[in-house]
Amino acid sequence: MSGDRNSAAKGPSQRSVEIGLALLILVFGLIIMAGALKAGIGWGFDGPNAGFFPFYVALLVIVAALITLFNEWSNKESQKTFAEWDQLKQVLSVAVPTLVYVIMIAFLGIYVSSAILIAYFMRVISSFSVLRTALIAILVPLVTFFVFEKWFLVALPKGPLETFLGY
Amino acid sequence: MEEIGNLFHGFATVLAFRDMNIFGVTMSIPFNVILMVIGIVLGIIIGILPGLGGANGVAILLPLTFSMQPTSAIILLSCIYWGALFGGAITSILFNIPGEPWSVATTFDGYPMAQQGRAGEALTAAFTSSFVGALFAIILITLLAPLVANFALRFGAAEKFAVYFLAFCSFVGLSKEPPFKTLAAMMIGFALATIGTDQITGQLRLTYGSTELIAGFDFLIAVIGLFGIGEILLTMEEGLSFKGRDAKMNMKIVVQTWGKLLQYWWLSLRSCIIGCWMGITPAGATPASFMSYGIAKRISKNGKNFGNGEIEGVVAPETAAHAAGTSALLPMLALGVPGSPTAAVLLGGLLIWNLQPGPMLFVENKEFVWGLIASMYLGNVVGLIIVLTCVPLLASILRIPFGIIAPIILVFCAIGAYTVHNNFFDVVMMLVFGVLGYALKKCNYPLAPLVLAMVLGDRAEEAFRQALITSDGSLGVFFENGLVSTIMTLGLIALFWSVISAGISRIRGTAPATA
Repeated sequence: MSGDRNSAAKGPSQRSVEIGLALLILVFGLIIMAGALKAGIGWGFDGPNAGFFPFYVALLVIVAALITLFNEWSNKESQKTFAEWDQLKQVLSVAVPTLVYVIMIAFLGIYVSSAILIAYFMRVISSFSVLRTALIAILVPLVTFFVFEKWFLVALPKGPLETFLGY
Repeated sequence: MEEIGNLFHGFATVLAFRDMNIFGVTMSIPFNVILMVIGIVLGIIIGILPGLGGANGVAILLPLTFSMQPTSAIILLSCIYWGALFGGAITSILFNIPGEPWSVATTFDGYPMAQQGRAGEALTAAFTSSFVGALFAIILITLLAPLVANFALRFGAAEKFAVYFLAFCSFVGLSKEPPFKTLAAMMIGFALATIGTDQITGQLRLTYGSTELIAGFDFLIAVIGLFGIGEILLTMEEGLSFKGRDAKMNMKIVVQTWGKLLQYWWLSLRSCIIGCWMGITPAGATPASFMSYGIAKRISKNGKNFGNGEIEGVVAPETAAHAAGTSALLPMLALGVPGSPTAAVLLGGLLIWNLQPGPMLFVENKEFVWGLIASMYLGNVVGLIIVLTCVPLLASILRIPFGIIAPIILVFCAIGAYTVHNNFFDVVMMLVFGVLGYALKKCNYPLAPLVLAMVLGDRAEEAFRQALITSDGSLGVFFENGLVSTIMTLGLIALFWSVISAGISRIRGTAPATA
């Protein structure tokens, strides 16, 4: 947003995020509508076809998104910032490790990944002592393991370590 | 009175002893009572911790109850809900941080009271009011739910759809968010619910060739993502630091405060009524607490002092929030329409345990319904005792640094999302919903209608299509008889309520000017 004087320095403007989100919702509505058309929106043998209801739902999504888009577009005076860059950095400092965590679960299983996530948070983000970090990072997945696998008999994703230990 | 008999039967169900095999020893224990206490304590902790609310707390634990008896499962989960309602007040008063959205209004006067060293008084007032509000709502449920259910037995497909229509229109008309954003959020929910196999024709739709999408999106994943992950991201952005006040609680303060509270009986009653009204129409606990606070401020003779630590400013929102939170279960039980996101998650639970929410529940699953209602009475008594006695202990949970709590909550969210269908794809979706939830919340899109629409989507669609089949496609079926047209008209009034109320106030406003 080149025109914004102060807000450009502090963070993205609320207006630009609102417009982006409304566009995203619009695209979502269009995808649903296309799918509904493919499934058939007319009257079949035994009543309305499968795409009948989703079609009108998608229509309302699109209408609501267009009106929101129009409202935000014409709301040019607003100087509100969505969030400051520092705040967004904080948000990313959680969102990115969580993404890595989810990817890790696929390869290492949930217990090892959880230990790494907790250790990363405690040591790198919050700088706890190595001892406390290790204690909690090992204890929490261990307790979880016994509660889920042993007590409730719910199998969670496991990786090479669990295979090595014979589970 | 048949209901009284049923209720006592319910109490018997809850209090029953059951033989359990614990570490190889067979013991006779009051299983449901133990679940109740566990549920309340877990709920309070969930209510205290930022990023773990009632709705996603229940959603995370729901998969663990798949193998339980439905009655025991609902007792555990509903008690988590009561606990979360109680827990929100502790952080509001001691830390000026609302643990739950419905306790925001409690911070206005609760925290100033704590600053003045009256934390014990404020907490006692909050807990007692919560209890009174909940009790009022439970009595209402006991008396009203069977009648409503009995009445609703006559509903056909068109009437069923009309009830859903009314519920969703009230959202658009009554929520404080912009109406088109509410509509967008709601319709996104409906759209997500339609993805996968069409329940009526069995045809696949909107899957775009993806095998993961055949089963559709589970609303539990959305709840865990939107409310769990999204909430943590918001908390990180705000950079919370917990600097709390100490609470001195003892029997003397409790009894003194109770004495003081007696003179506010009219305020309590009014807040109960506001709360129940807002809870049954799906406006929910949060608007109820604000409305009750606002009205109390206007009516009270100490109104000017509100915000500086007035006990009435704690009583009003807490009573209304609990009355609303509890009465939200009335339409869920009697009609199958939940009044709040947490009630929606509980409704999802009923479906998973193969129980059909709605009027037939009162006929076919008497033991379940009355066991649940009885557990509401007992759960709230147990909850009141626990919070009154354990506040210092509970408050210390908040002194655990967020750096430890945040990753543990993330781990639980991931486990919760995975266990719903033992599907890794759900964990990925949880993260997507989390980021989306953060953006939606920051842009003022309400999340409750999205979740409700996801839960009710299939049922609303089924009712809609069945109604159209009976009428050969004519929309006239929704205005065919007195009953269905009344409900539909009420829905339309709710939908356009902001326009109508603006019109009324304009007429009123201009009338004296012309006279």
